[in-house]
Amino acid sequence: MPKPFSVRKATEGDLSILSPEGYLDAHTAPEFERTIQEEIAGGRCRIVADCQKLDYISSAGLGVFMGFIEEIRDQGGDIKICGLAPKVRQVFELLGFDAVFDLVEDLPAVVRKFAESPTKEV
Amino acid sequence: MPSIEQTFSLQVPSSTENLALIRDFVTSIGEQSGLGADELPKLELAVDEACANVIEHAYGHDKTQQVTIRATFDADEIRIEVVDSGRGFDPDEVPEQDLARLIKERKTGGLGMRLIRSLMDEVHYELQPGEKNELHMTMKLKKEPADR
Repeated sequence: MPKPFSVRKATEGDLSILSPEGYLDAHTAPEFERTIQEEIAGGRCRIVADCQKLDYISSAGLGVFMGFIEEIRDQGGDIKICGLAPKVRQVFELLGFDAVFDLVEDLPAVVRKFAESPTKEV
Repeated sequence: MPSIEQTFSLQVPSSTENLALIRDFVTSIGEQSGLGADELPKLELAVDEACANVIEHAYGHDKTQQVTIRATFDADEIRIEVVDSGRGFDPDEVPEQDLARLIKERKTGGLGMRLIRSLMDEVHYELQPGEKNELHMTMKLKKEPADR
């Protein structure tokens, strides 16, 4: 009885906007991982994860962000995350991801953040 | 009024596909126990993490194996046991690495047990590798005020 998961892709200027929807767990994380890999392979390293339709995340989902961020920042890019529901944001915060990733309110705020701080200083 | 203890169990093949089913089961039991709305997602996530660990590490994604989840509650607490017969894995023997180091090493895992420990009130293991491994987790019930 798998819960639905999908990722929509869009671009805004030089930003890749990935919108994961549904349940991101150990079963669905590989799909999200492939999507980010495709962006990196295509040289698109300024990535927004717009999570407003993300209902659930487990550590497997967080692991995808964790596994790629170093490579992306090495290339001068970043993954910035927006639109987190409180329940999902709590999981990011429990593991200290708020200290490592820019977690911002919404898409316009992410665009501003990329302009101000292309790579989060940690 | 004496507290009545109730136990429920679910056994599923060891596949990540079944994590959704496991979460639904645990959420349903949590609701029945009277667990508050703030605590319910924590229980759901802790059990998801525990079962994902079993599927990945104890059984190495062998779908012919079974994962058993037992949930027991009374008026004070809900107890979860996740049972497998795979390779015993004692997380206490693995040093907890900080997030910065995991990122530096480009790791994608290593967060599950940390989450479980931060979400549940009590966590302990009983390991008999290849026979029976049990992860016991307890969450105290912080019930929501009854509707008037």
